[in-house]
Amino acid sequence: MVPLSYYLILSGILFACGVTGFLIKRNIITIFMSIELMLNGVNLSFVAFAAQWHALSGQIFVFFVMVVAAAEAAVGLAIIIAVYRTRETLNVDQVNLLKL
Amino acid sequence: MTPHLHLWLIPLLPLAGAAINGFFGRRFSRQAVSTVALLFSGAAFAMALWVAGQFSSLTLPYIETLAPWMRAGSFQVDFAFYFDQLSLVMLMVVTGVGFLIHIYSVGYMWTEGGFYRFFTYLNLFMFFMLTLILASNYLLMFIGWEGVGLASYLLIGFFFLKDSAAAAGKKAFIVNRVGDFGFLIALFLLIKHFGSLNYADLAGSISPLHIETSAGLLTAIGILLMVGAAGKSAQIPLYVWLPDAMEGPTPVSALIHAATMVTAGVYMVSRSHVIFERAPIAMTVVAIIGTLTAFFAATIGITQTDIKKVLAYSTVSQLGYMFIGCGVGAFSAGIFHLMTHAFFKGLLFLAAGSVIHAVGGEQDMRKMGGLRTKIPWTFWTMTAGTFAIAGIPPLAGFFSKDEILWQASRVSMIYWAVGILTAFLTSFYMFRQWFMTFFGEYRGEQHGHGSHSHGSPGHDSHDNHGHGGVHESPAVMLAPLVILAILSVVGGWVGIGNRFENFLAPVFHSTATISADSFDAPSMSAEPKNEEAGKSTELLFTEISVGVGVLGFLLAWQLYYRRPELPAEIALKLNGLYHTVLHKYYVDEIYAAIIVKPLIAISTVVFWKGIDRGMIDATLDGSAEGAREVSDTMRHMQSGNIRSYAGWVAAGAACIIVFMTWMAVGTR
Repeated sequence: MVPLSYYLILSGILFACGVTGFLIKRNIITIFMSIELMLNGVNLSFVAFAAQWHALSGQIFVFFVMVVAAAEAAVGLAIIIAVYRTRETLNVDQVNLLKL
Repeated sequence: MTPHLHLWLIPLLPLAGAAINGFFGRRFSRQAVSTVALLFSGAAFAMALWVAGQFSSLTLPYIETLAPWMRAGSFQVDFAFYFDQLSLVMLMVVTGVGFLIHIYSVGYMWTEGGFYRFFTYLNLFMFFMLTLILASNYLLMFIGWEGVGLASYLLIGFFFLKDSAAAAGKKAFIVNRVGDFGFLIALFLLIKHFGSLNYADLAGSISPLHIETSAGLLTAIGILLMVGAAGKSAQIPLYVWLPDAMEGPTPVSALIHAATMVTAGVYMVSRSHVIFERAPIAMTVVAIIGTLTAFFAATIGITQTDIKKVLAYSTVSQLGYMFIGCGVGAFSAGIFHLMTHAFFKGLLFLAAGSVIHAVGGEQDMRKMGGLRTKIPWTFWTMTAGTFAIAGIPPLAGFFSKDEILWQASRVSMIYWAVGILTAFLTSFYMFRQWFMTFFGEYRGEQHGHGSHSHGSPGHDSHDNHGHGGVHESPAVMLAPLVILAILSVVGGWVGIGNRFENFLAPVFHSTATISADSFDAPSMSAEPKNEEAGKSTELLFTEISVGVGVLGFLLAWQLYYRRPELPAEIALKLNGLYHTVLHKYYVDEIYAAIIVKPLIAISTVVFWKGIDRGMIDATLDGSAEGAREVSDTMRHMQSGNIRSYAGWVAAGAACIIVFMTWMAVGTR
C-alpha cells in the first residue's frame, strides 16, 4: 500500500504548480487551468485522507468541489469569452479596468 | 360659583391676528392688514374689559389650567393662567394702551414699507406680553418674557436696512440675554429648593420661612431675579440697550419701550414679592439700583437733543422710580406708577411721533421750535403728558411719584432726597423738551424734504410723504393721543385716599401679615406711631415734590424760553462735566472697553483661533488629511492587475498558514 505521505506530497506539488501558474501566467485560460490544478491538488488530499481513515465525508467533499469547479468552469469560460469579445485580448495585464 | 373666564383667549386672539397677517398679509391691502390687526387686538381689549366686569364675582386668585405641559416626578408645569388684582391692572394697561397704539400705528406707518410685517410683530408682541402677565408659573412667564424680547428685537430692527437699527436690535437682544441668565439661575434655584415654579405653590412654601437677616437662599434668588428685571426694565448696569432701541418706529417705542415690555421687570419683582419680603438685602439692592438709575438717567436726559432719546432716558429714570417703590416694599406704589407711566409716557412717545411726523422725519429738537400753533392737537396732548410726568397736581404722575417718594422716605431719607432731585431733573428736561419743541422760532428747514441726509443718530427714517411744510397728523393718530391725554390727567385719581393701594392689598399683604410678628418689614416700620405727625410730614413732602416740579418748569422756562442763548454758555462753562453727560458718562465706551473688546479678543484668540480652528477644526482636518494620506499609499495596491491581486491572496494565505502553524505549536 502506498503510504499517505506520498499522496500528500503529490497533492502539495500539484497545488504549488497551480499557484505558480496562477501567478506567473498571463493568459486567462492558462490561469483558469491553474485554478483547476489547485482544486484537484486539494481533491487528492481529501480522497487520500478518506481512504486512510475510512471516512466517507472526505469523498463527499470531493464531489462538492467538483460541482463547484464545474459551475465555475461554466461561468468562468463565459466571462472569458465576453472579455475576449470586448477587448480582443486574453492577456490579464491588459484587463485591468472594470470599465472601458 | 366662579364663572369660567376663558382667559386663554386673551393672549391667543392677538396671536391669531399675527398669524393671519404673517401668513397672508403680503397679499392683503393696507386696509385689510390694519383691520385684522385692530380687530384682534381690540378683541383682546374687549375680552379684558369683560373679564374686568366679571371681577367682583371671582374668588381670587383665579387659576385656569389649560393643558399640562411637563411633568417630571413631583415637579410639574402647566399651561395655566393666574388672575388676581395685579394681573387685572397689568391686563388693562397692556390691552388698553396696546390697542390705542395699534390705532395710532395705522396712521403712523401708513406710508412705510413692510406694513403687514409691522402689524404682525405688534400683534405677536401683544400675545407674548399677555402670556407674561397672565402666566400662573415662572416658566410660562419666562416664555412670554423671552417672546417680548424677540418682538422687541424684531421691531427695533424693523428698518433693518439701516445698520444702526439692525445693530440696536442686536444690542437689545444681547444685553437682555445677560439679564435672562440671572432670571434663569433664579428659576433653577426655585426648582431645586422648592420643587415648583407655580406662584401659588411657591407662596405656600416660602411664606413660613423666616426673614433672612444675612444673605441666604432667598436673597440670592431675589438678587438674581433683579438681574433679570434690570435687563428687561433697563436698569443699571443693563440699561444701555433702551436708548438705542429708539431706532425702532415711534409707536414701538411707545408700546414696548415705554408702556409695557420694559415694565415687565417691575411686574416680575412685584409678582415675586413673597421672596423679596423675606430678603431685605435683595430689597435694598433693588432700591439702590432703582435710585441710582433714576438719578443717573435723568442727568443724561438733560443733555439729549434727540426728542426720542430724551424720552428714552426719561423712561429709564421713571422705571428707576418703580424699582424704588418695589425696593422699599411699596409694591402697589410701584405698580401704580407703572400704570400712570404707561399712560403719560405712551402719550409722550406718540406725541413725539406726531411731532416727528409733522416735521417730516426730523428728530433733533434743535431743528424744531414754535410748533405750538402749527400742530395744536399734538401740542395740547403733549402738554398734558409733560405736566403729568413733571408731577404737577392733579395729573397722574403727581400721585404715583408722590406715593413712591413718601414710601421711600419712610425707609431711608437718602432714597427720598435722590428721588426729589430726580423729580426736579425730570421736570426740567421735560419742560426743556416742551419749550424747545413748541415755543420760540421754528429752526428747521421750511420743507421737511431731504432731512434724511443728515443722519442724526437714532433717526427714524419716517417717510415725509410729499406734503411739505409742518402739518398736523391725521385723526387716526390724534384720537389715541386725546384718549391717552385724558387718562394722563385723570389716571392718578384712582390713587386718592389709597384706593389703588387698597385694591392691590390682597395681592401684596396676603403673606406679609404672617411675617409681621417676627419681623417688621421696611414698608410697615413707622406706620402705627404718631399718625398725626406722619400726616403733616406727608403733606410737607408733597409740597416739596410739587415745588421741585415747578422749579424745574421755571428753570426750563428761564433757560429755553426767555434766554435761549444761556444753555450754550453754561455748557461752555461746565465743559468737562457737560461733555461727560452729553456722552452718557461714556458708559457705552466703558462697556466696550472692559467687556465687549476683551470678549471679542478672547473669542478671537482663544475660542476661534485656539479652540475652534486649533482644536476642533484641526482634529477633523487632521484626521481627514491622515485618511487621505494613508489612502493615497494604499491606493497603489488596487492596481486592477489580477496577478498582483493573486499575489496578495497567496501572500495572505501563506501568512494564515504560518499563523495557524504557530498557534498549533503554541497550544501543544
